[in-house]
Amino acid sequence: MGVGILVEHLNAWYGTTHTLQDINLHIPANHATALIGPSGCGKSTFVRCLNRMHETNPIARAEGTVKMGDVDIYKDASPVEIRRRVGMVFQRPNPFPTMSIYDNVISGLKLNGFRNRRVLDETVERSLKSAALWDEVKDDLKKKSGASLSGGQQQRMCIARAIAVDPEVLLMDEPASALDPVSTSKIEDLIFQLKSQYTIVIVTHNMQQAARVAENTGFFLNGKMVEFDSTHKIFTNPSDKRTEDYITGRFG
Amino acid sequence: MATRIKFQQNLDELKERLLVMAGMAEQAIQRSIEAYNTRDMNLCELVFRSEPAINRLEREIDQLALDLLAMEQPMAVDLRFILSVIRINADLERVGDQGVNIAVRVREMGAFANIDLPVDIPKLASLSSAMIRRALQAFIEADAEMAETVLKLDDQVDEMNDAAFHALSSLIKEKPDLTPQSLNALIISRNLERVGDHATNIAEDVIFWVRGADVRHYSSSAQG
Repeated sequence: MGVGILVEHLNAWYGTTHTLQDINLHIPANHATALIGPSGCGKSTFVRCLNRMHETNPIARAEGTVKMGDVDIYKDASPVEIRRRVGMVFQRPNPFPTMSIYDNVISGLKLNGFRNRRVLDETVERSLKSAALWDEVKDDLKKKSGASLSGGQQQRMCIARAIAVDPEVLLMDEPASALDPVSTSKIEDLIFQLKSQYTIVIVTHNMQQAARVAENTGFFLNGKMVEFDSTHKIFTNPSDKRTEDYITGRFG
Repeated sequence: MATRIKFQQNLDELKERLLVMAGMAEQAIQRSIEAYNTRDMNLCELVFRSEPAINRLEREIDQLALDLLAMEQPMAVDLRFILSVIRINADLERVGDQGVNIAVRVREMGAFANIDLPVDIPKLASLSSAMIRRALQAFIEADAEMAETVLKLDDQVDEMNDAAFHALSSLIKEKPDLTPQSLNALIISRNLERVGDHATNIAEDVIFWVRGADVRHYSSSAQG
């Protein structure tokens, strides 16, 4: 099951650039939450702070509190542990090109030391079914490489890989921006189904996509979170003029 | 720097066309009431002839709004504006229809003597037309407060229509030979009351567009 995420006074820097400034919000468990905003506004930095990826950059640092359930991820857990609890899907599908579909899906589990063949088989089937890819690849699991799939299939395989380690939170950074409309709608259907099991945070430039998949939406601008509210409110009657200007395309 | 220039031009065009539609609908009411006052059947003809143009414009405005919804995927205030335009468009077409209905009644009344009836149709017409004009002014100026004042006028129009109903019902009982004129006047009164209702709808749509608040049926639901 997913867990709620509580963010308090989160600040992040790249070198001397203050890229996230005092972010406070509560992301409810088992909901999809969308983050929108212009390029460079800090939304991707924000999700990278939720799995401690931000700090992997030598010039980057973050301060503040991020609680997943009862766990303060910056105090009570190691980055490795956090990344097992928080899966991530990126803009472009990133299969391990030399691995089969099967090995791609279980790569995280193997990294965590799982070797039991029956458990691995079950995990591959369960994860690919959850990612709505099983029927399309079940006959070629070990024959085909992950990189031989179409872009949309690769992205669903990456989602299967992310959920194979049974995380509580799924972070998606523009997961459908490189996909055609059919693949995009499959990913969106998937988000709808997956949120019963995971807490989903999705960064998107596609406002209609945010409106379609997320219960709540946060609008970031210049490193600050300008507005966080129900998606319905954000897209029909936002409270802040800057949010309205952005979503109606009147920025600039 | 301005953005979405084409979209903004299309929104402006939508607004302009709706105002043309409003002018035509208002004119239909004015002419039909003038025909009532003067029994000028030529004015009734003008009202009948204007109806196809109003209907055509209604379809054009709907098509433009539909295109913008499909092609521009508007959000927030833009989405509310287009939704309001679609609703106001339908109300204005119905206002035009009320003008036609009144003209039909006036034409029937032309076959009878022009007698004094216990109903002040010109006053009722003046009030309901003022409601339409104010609702449209609120639309032009995006003024929700002005739109709210329209809602308050509707009670007056309803009261005048109710009074006309009682007075004309009594007249029919007392003088059955005046039944045709009385019934026609009663229907005209009802038509004008409906014009007030359409003005109320338009005002509510302006409030929705400007504030994002749905105030429809508020008074009726508050009364239970």
